Amino acid sequence: MRHFVAVLFAVAAAAAPVTVIQNATILTITKGTVKNGSIVIRDGKIAEVGDKVSAPAGAQIIDAGGQFVMPGIIDCHSHIAAESINEGSVSVSSMVGIEDVLNSEDIAIYRALAGGVTTANILHGSANSIGGKCSVIKTRWGKDASGLIFEGSTPGIKFALGENPKRSGASTIPGMRARYPATRMGVEDVIREAFNDAKVYQASWRVYREKVKRHENAIPPRRDLKLEPLVEVLEGKRFVHAHCYRADEILMLLRVADDYGFKIRTLQHVLEGYKVAKEIAAHGAGASTFSDWWSYKIEAYDAIPFNAAIMTRKGVLVSLNSDDAELMRRLNTEAAKTLKYGGLSETEALSLITINPAKQLAVDTRVGSIEVGKDADLAIFDKHPLSNYAKVQKVLIDGTVYFDRDKEQSEQVQKDARKKALIEKEKQQQRDEAPRRPAGAPARRPA
Amino acid sequence: MKRIALWLACVVPLVAASNDSFLLQNVMVHPVSGPDIANGSILVENGKISGVGAGRLSAPKGVRVIDGKGMHAYPGMIDSATQVGLSEIGSVRETNDTNELGDFNPQLKALVAVNPESEHLPVTRANGITSVITLPAAGGGGGMRGGGSTPVIAGQAALIHLDGWTWEDLAVKRSAAMQLIFPSLETRSFRMETMSVARTPFAEVKAAYDKKLKELGDFFETARRYQQAKNGHAPDFKSDLKLEAMIPVLEGKTPVMVVAVRERAIRDAIAFADKQKIRIVLAGPREFGKTLADVKAKNIAVIAAPTLELPLTEDDPYDAAFTLPSEMFKAGIKFAFGSFNVQFARNLPYQAAAATAFGLPYQEALKAVTLNAAEIWGVSDQIGSIDKGKWADLMLTDGDPLEARTHVQRMFIKGREVSLANKHTRLYDKYMNRP
Repeated sequence: MRHFVAVLFAVAAAAAPVTVIQNATILTITKGTVKNGSIVIRDGKIAEVGDKVSAPAGAQIIDAGGQFVMPGIIDCHSHIAAESINEGSVSVSSMVGIEDVLNSEDIAIYRALAGGVTTANILHGSANSIGGKCSVIKTRWGKDASGLIFEGSTPGIKFALGENPKRSGASTIPGMRARYPATRMGVEDVIREAFNDAKVYQASWRVYREKVKRHENAIPPRRDLKLEPLVEVLEGKRFVHAHCYRADEILMLLRVADDYGFKIRTLQHVLEGYKVAKEIAAHGAGASTFSDWWSYKIEAYDAIPFNAAIMTRKGVLVSLNSDDAELMRRLNTEAAKTLKYGGLSETEALSLITINPAKQLAVDTRVGSIEVGKDADLAIFDKHPLSNYAKVQKVLIDGTVYFDRDKEQSEQVQKDARKKALIEKEKQQQRDEAPRRPAGAPARRPA
Repeated sequence: MKRIALWLACVVPLVAASNDSFLLQNVMVHPVSGPDIANGSILVENGKISGVGAGRLSAPKGVRVIDGKGMHAYPGMIDSATQVGLSEIGSVRETNDTNELGDFNPQLKALVAVNPESEHLPVTRANGITSVITLPAAGGGGGMRGGGSTPVIAGQAALIHLDGWTWEDLAVKRSAAMQLIFPSLETRSFRMETMSVARTPFAEVKAAYDKKLKELGDFFETARRYQQAKNGHAPDFKSDLKLEAMIPVLEGKTPVMVVAVRERAIRDAIAFADKQKIRIVLAGPREFGKTLADVKAKNIAVIAAPTLELPLTEDDPYDAAFTLPSEMFKAGIKFAFGSFNVQFARNLPYQAAAATAFGLPYQEALKAVTLNAAEIWGVSDQIGSIDKGKWADLMLTDGDPLEARTHVQRMFIKGREVSLANKHTRLYDKYMNRP
């Protein structure tokens, strides 16, 4: 009985109904900055924010004195937690999807979390004009693959233009066969052909459904797993996230989308977006770019660190992404670069990694700012997150602490000891086996 | 008429003075070598610093005065490992002059392949970097695509200024170091053919490693015999460019920059240096293990691996790369930062700042991108701090140069003001103004 009570108590403590972060500078992004403020979290949601908020009795208190709280960072372009990235054998691979290969044990999830990232758009690779389906996840380290999925988020699909889908490097790789398309002309054609087919497929289902409605005899069309996601794109149920670099190919894709009557949700990388910002804004596409990558390939030679600022000033909804498990851990200082390159304000800079990507992924009613009613996805920094000296102290998702630097550090000694013990055990096993092994015979693990 | 005369009086001294002399006044001076000087002055004559102090120094006749009100003066930063000038576009073979074919190429000089018109020079200096060590081969990261495979002795690294008409103008030290990429034991390697990681049995990798080490030892032995034959005026002595290039290394005049990442390579590199009695600078270490004390005991200077990197292995602490510089500092090791990169060379100060966030004292971080680098490369009489007698390699900023939000407002290299405009600012101006 006493045992049972203890267990009950432990459960209650772990999932305290109310958590309060106190004494912090709160960077809400959408509602200004609250100095010396508190955030009350109830049932995983933000219940109250302000400088005159009192903690309910029994609440779990996080003292963030002298620290800064911002919304959990959102990375609109990542490949962490994906077992495989590219189905590169065909140039339209819309039948495959990242959700089927999510690996919840990828250490990159924890490392991203430790950099303040709470939401990420996990994309298929860029080897195909039309790539695979994408998933939005929360970095809930410790949950299984289905527990990572950002419930209710709109699914996406990856498109790619330029050097990657035309596979510029392929001819230098032995054994790699040429594949259509090999030019930017071909990339446009592949996308048009696919949507031509998708329209026909969509119409066949429409005819079928109308017949059914009229109680006529009808045979349903054969399901086409490649075209289904494209029909969803045409119907606005699936977002297009399009990898692109050069201004010409960006404009090309916008016009193809206009012709077929769908929208490009985000242009990814979009390094020459600053050259066609007007056209991007008119189409209504978001832009998710790098802070300062350039010159690693020809199509990145006109990339400039002012890209995010120019597009912002010209009315485009802009975010900064990482596309990289390392860079993902410090998107806050990537945002800081836009203060210098193009003179964005602090709030504009932080918006690039919070509310803007939330809007791009249509999860802005849930995350991206510190507002009452939103998910309690929060990153606590020891200094202002736009400082290069800032580091993450705690990260909460749905009100639960998923990363705690103090805990991480205090547990490091035990982790080291455990690792050492495992290595020692392995060595001992080898020593035990050694005398039974004839000289010169290879070591073998005990069965 | 009177107005014209007055105007002439003002202009004539300016015209008469050389453009590498000036008096900078009213500025917050951060000499790095000593305490900051509020409201300080820096006098520059013929490209060199001839005076630094509090208050107003008096300007010699004809020397122009620059008002530094509201600005901070720092020595220009030094990137101790990059390929700026040698590599333009990473993926385009024709624009890369790194990684020559062959394992032993001490005769190769990075300097002669530096393109002074490279877009990377003005882009890198715009963020406060005035000089770099440019390396003949990629090593310790960077992923720059050259022609060959990873060499052992890659050639001579050059210390260059980031402004000049020719590579001769750029040179601060033509042969700052001999780059040696220490053989490593990698059982996992990425194969382009299959786009996947291939594993090689340890025994195979170890045999190849031992073979490479033996070749390296043999090469040094051959060079030493060559040196003896030359010094002894042996009758059958024949000149050899490769072996000739090794003599400054054997004489200890040129340090060997040894790229070594893991504990075993570091341990073996130190043993090798001891045996060969050569002076080494360790570059790109990620995992010291038990060698940390050795590196300190032997006073080996280090070019720190990039701080902004993932941990080497899955079970390393998440902040392993961030905390490494502070561990080196605590162990008493002298080190400088290198970007080990081209496109991100301009982000060198953020490598230092990240180390400070995770325990490295600020002053040490600043030194590691300025004075420490100059000392390690043997040019602290010329660059690295704001001190009398050194080249006036200066940046004027609106704040701490290790913070991304800080603007570099003006820059001087050898006392000449250099433009901070570059490809990026030109495209910005053009497209910001697109109707």
